[in-house]
Amino acid sequence: MTNILIVAELHEGKVRKSTHSSITFARQAGAAGGTFSIVVIGGGAAAAAAEVTGYGAAKVLAVEDPTATVCERIAPTVAALVKSGGFDVVAVTASSFGKDIAPRIAAKLGAGYAPDISGVKDDGGKLVYRRPVYAGNAYASCRLTTALQVVSVRQSEFTAAEPSGGASPVEAAQPAAPDAAAARVEFLGLEAAKSERPDLGEARVIVSGGRALKEKFAEVLDPLANLLNAAVGASRAACDAGYAPPELQVGQTGRVVAPQLYFAIGISGAIQHLAGMKGSKVIVAVNKDAEAPIFQVADYGLVADLFVAIPELVKQLQAG
Amino acid sequence: MKILVPLKRVADPDNANKVKVAGTKLETTGLEWKPNPFDEYAVETALRLTENGAATKQRQGEVVVVSFGPKEVEATLRAALATGADRAIRVDVTDDKLDGDLVARALKAIVEKEKPDLVLCGKQAVDGDSNQVGQLIAEYLGWPQATFAGSIKSEGAPGKETALVVHREVDGGTINLKVTLPAVVSVDLRIVAPTSVKSVYTADGFKYPDGVRFAALMAIMAAKKKPLVEEKIETLAADTALKIEYLGFELPAARKAGVKVKDVAELVTRLKSEAKVL
Repeated sequence: MTNILIVAELHEGKVRKSTHSSITFARQAGAAGGTFSIVVIGGGAAAAAAEVTGYGAAKVLAVEDPTATVCERIAPTVAALVKSGGFDVVAVTASSFGKDIAPRIAAKLGAGYAPDISGVKDDGGKLVYRRPVYAGNAYASCRLTTALQVVSVRQSEFTAAEPSGGASPVEAAQPAAPDAAAARVEFLGLEAAKSERPDLGEARVIVSGGRALKEKFAEVLDPLANLLNAAVGASRAACDAGYAPPELQVGQTGRVVAPQLYFAIGISGAIQHLAGMKGSKVIVAVNKDAEAPIFQVADYGLVADLFVAIPELVKQLQAG
Repeated sequence: MKILVPLKRVADPDNANKVKVAGTKLETTGLEWKPNPFDEYAVETALRLTENGAATKQRQGEVVVVSFGPKEVEATLRAALATGADRAIRVDVTDDKLDGDLVARALKAIVEKEKPDLVLCGKQAVDGDSNQVGQLIAEYLGWPQATFAGSIKSEGAPGKETALVVHREVDGGTINLKVTLPAVVSVDLRIVAPTSVKSVYTADGFKYPDGVRFAALMAIMAAKKKPLVEEKIETLAADTALKIEYLGFELPAARKAGVKVKDVAELVTRLKSEAKVL
């Protein structure tokens, strides 16, 4: 029987939707018998806990702690709750928050860690995890040899959980004493990218651009993204060149996405970029180089000058 | 400042689509060994933190590189020595007897002996893509961590650096942290941009060339004489048991090749009536 503790990601007093992927993981891992609970830690946790009471958790733990801005303060609380609550698996979504904190929790508990998993199955009472390696060019199945286990869950591979009804009880819990290291790290602030657009991890449509767009990155892509209520993504080359901010990067080492529709515009399709988007349902590539590798994964390819084709696409879509 | 940089060699990441499955193992035969790109960035970052950018031959402090693996990984270490690192350590072990957790525990023993002010590593190795060793070492040492650094500025007096201000690249923006040394920092892609790293020795406004530096032939020759010592994994970690066990591998199903459309009008029609996504 698996007893899972999900660490919710809190952002400006709200539970991030990325957390719902960990709930999907917990439902799958516990399918053969088991329960899961959710812990919400941070400033505004008590209020935010109510956002996740409708998903079938045994309980939702709320740790009101406005100082919990760094993993040196959050991980000790998670570890203490794992011990006192008799949990045997800790799950967190593999966002930048999850990737930062999960190994720290694992080391603290002496637990094994399965990073960025894309699947889970119960093999005679033991959980077997599936995870992408080599930029998604192979998938490994693996097991942790420790009784206590920590996993981070790939958001694009575990569809966000829908509410299942019911009302999980909310319990207030106390923060644990921070690590000694917490005194040596100061949170100076979050510079959030201001955007009215959906998050890359949640968007139904993503419009991504490459270096070919140059200084016209936003000028060309924004009208299409606005029209489709799409998130905007970018290749590494576009980010490195400063045409797009780093948080837009899609790829092996950026965001991994799987929208219903992905536009790759002026993106050649390096292995590292493909690793971040080839799980998309429908891929459209627009590139003037007919030999670009992106066309090997695209459902629809258009060989064209993107400075002409994209405005034309916007015009035709607007015309209905 | 003394900096320890762990290095890993990986099978050529630009040809990762050529990996094969053989039984329960993943085979990378035919793929050249390359330094993990993020580790190369960590070395470059360490060099920039320990020099005046206008006089890079004079190292202020020490950069020690360490790698785990058989004799052949010495090539990776020598390459780092050639770009300016001072000393190297190779921990003798084969890849199949390692996981990220054991690497972190063994590194802890090295840190306790070497007493660096900073452990600087790549945010992930691009073979296993685990993104874990920096965070694990930080916890094992009880040190603060700043992961996914896009820029770093050291504070304090030359030779007496006390803290680093780190801009972390996170989903949806940047998180700014100040960590008091000793600390663990893992670096992201943009750390090798011209003004991402500022040491206490480098003048404001100084710009590096974009990317990592290359070693001159003379430096490659000189690197052969720099100290490289060997350690045994068993003496560094009392418990060499692995926490993760790989049972097998499979290749993903290839995406079906699509169609080329002749113009924007055909694209719109197909997206609407065939793919039904608009």
